[in-house]
Amino acid sequence: MSAPLVSMRGLGRTFVSRKGLFGAHRSMRAVDDVTLDIPAGKVTGVVGESGCGKSTLARLALRLIEASSGSVTFDGTDIGSLEPAAMRQIRRRMQMVFQDPYSSLDPRYSIADCLLEPFAIQGLMPPARQRAAQVDDLLDMVGLARSVASSFPHQLSGGQKQRVGIARALALKPQLLVLDEPTASLDVSIQAQIIELLERFRDDFGLTYLFISHDLGLVRYFCDQIVVMYLGRIVEVMDRPDARPRHPYSRALLNSTFAPDPAKRRVVTPMAGEIPSPFALPPGCAFAARCPQASALCKAERPTLAESTAGGRIACHHPQD
Amino acid sequence: MALLDLSDVTVSIGALTPLDRIAFSIEAGEIIGVVGESGSGKSLTAMAVMGLLPLIGGRITSGAVRFADVELNRLPERDYRALRGRRIALISQNPMTSLDPIRRVGEQIDQVSMMHLGLGTEQARLRSVDMMRQLRIPEADVVHGNYPHQLSGGMKQRIVIAMALAADPELIVADEPTTALDVTIQAQIIQIMVEMARRKNVALMLITHDMGVVAQACDRVVVLYAGRVAETGSVERIFAAPRHPYTKSLIGCIPVEGLPPGGLKGIDGVVPGVANYPTGCRFHPRCSLAQDRCKIEAPLLRALDEGAAACHLAGDPP
Repeated sequence: MSAPLVSMRGLGRTFVSRKGLFGAHRSMRAVDDVTLDIPAGKVTGVVGESGCGKSTLARLALRLIEASSGSVTFDGTDIGSLEPAAMRQIRRRMQMVFQDPYSSLDPRYSIADCLLEPFAIQGLMPPARQRAAQVDDLLDMVGLARSVASSFPHQLSGGQKQRVGIARALALKPQLLVLDEPTASLDVSIQAQIIELLERFRDDFGLTYLFISHDLGLVRYFCDQIVVMYLGRIVEVMDRPDARPRHPYSRALLNSTFAPDPAKRRVVTPMAGEIPSPFALPPGCAFAARCPQASALCKAERPTLAESTAGGRIACHHPQD
Repeated sequence: MALLDLSDVTVSIGALTPLDRIAFSIEAGEIIGVVGESGSGKSLTAMAVMGLLPLIGGRITSGAVRFADVELNRLPERDYRALRGRRIALISQNPMTSLDPIRRVGEQIDQVSMMHLGLGTEQARLRSVDMMRQLRIPEADVVHGNYPHQLSGGMKQRIVIAMALAADPELIVADEPTTALDVTIQAQIIQIMVEMARRKNVALMLITHDMGVVAQACDRVVVLYAGRVAETGSVERIFAAPRHPYTKSLIGCIPVEGLPPGGLKGIDGVVPGVANYPTGCRFHPRCSLAQDRCKIEAPLLRALDEGAAACHLAGDPP
């Protein structure tokens, strides 16, 4: 695979909260010891259920929140130690598209204002007479009518808003786009439109994507490298989208996706138990309580993420073949 | 005779007509999927069946909804109340719209069988715990005394399913019952719902936007588009040989195993709003096969070898 654009090393983030107003402080590791390379020009997908830390990982990758431990290197620069001015410089090259286009666009900004905001923040505002052309270019690029420029977010559909979100992220011609469940709130028909658009930008501009999703089917279609997370840690990395998952949790995720084909009906093996509380993780493998393969070893000792014989990496005492 | 029969049901809200001549039926014990994008009229169809349209200022202006021997659209509200929860139950998308946050979940299930079946407190409790066990709720007798906030989303949805099943209904209307849940939980809930419907011979009207869920769970499918029925048919036929271009496009939006890069195709444009329905076939502005006739003349829902389709071009299989 190509050289990494982003390298995460031992990356972690701990959140502290209190149980009730006067309760004791307790902490959870939302992201724990993540080491991952995001290859340039490729799509890296991160999948997992709610609370697995995938959105926190997305924010750490852009340093939208500070890491508690470990480092993130972007194109050779350790971004964790950058001063605000330098950080702003490098932000031009990395942008984010959020899940909810309803809350990521300012309701009082027209679409044109919204698309020009990144230029204003970066001090790159084009002269007044060129601004309309700049907005038109961005709208053309994401397939929106130019008349949308004078609209406000509430006048657009969810899919249109998400296109505006993507246009705004692309305004400064970044190299890296972090997409946090960009299609989760959209209809499948609109989801497919957005994915088509993202495929085109990847091919035309050589963009690198970090694509966060809970939909393993979508990730297997769209991504070159797949990272499966469970309760803050990477449990498996597949370096080919069609690789057969070997971790029991990845298997369970795959088993939960229904194919649009009545001939492929399947009996879902229900996973025993519930996700453990992130505030009180068990000592061994966090998945052991729900895992059909779990042994005494799994409950006592946490498996480390190691090279898998089938390519990729896996953290499991009993990988499946 | 069908258990539920909608014949040319038209629904108006003020001057708007969001549902236009909806026609399909459900047999006893049948699992039917109602699919379409947001804005296609899925939830309104559910409300029409449940008699809940007055809540949003809507009413059935023509056509009839028949449930077994009852003509629902002429039923006084008092009689409807005796039917809802007893013979027709509803499962909504968000379990918290059905659960009272300050009452124990078990009591809420008990109440259904006490009210509709006249059971005593202890009988109702035993019945609820048994139902919760059948829904694979671990430690059912403990959970019976829990409050909603102590349960996960998947558990809460199981409680709502238990409430729906508590009075032995003949039909359950489930409006996107798993959309708010994680994928692994979604798969389990779908599986449990199908199992229970089969075991108790309850008909299920499963509203969803997920064609994967339809393929997994349903016997027959109703595809809605912009307030009209686009196509109906058995699940095998719908997926193997969709007759309406909209159905075909919807299936094409799902990333399936082995799809080559660039193989995923969205449907251009969006579902038109109820105030802007186009003339002719409402799908024509987004249809790659549209001809002049489609822009002018609305296609009628015509019976086909298996089910029905509303498309001028549906005569010949694609």
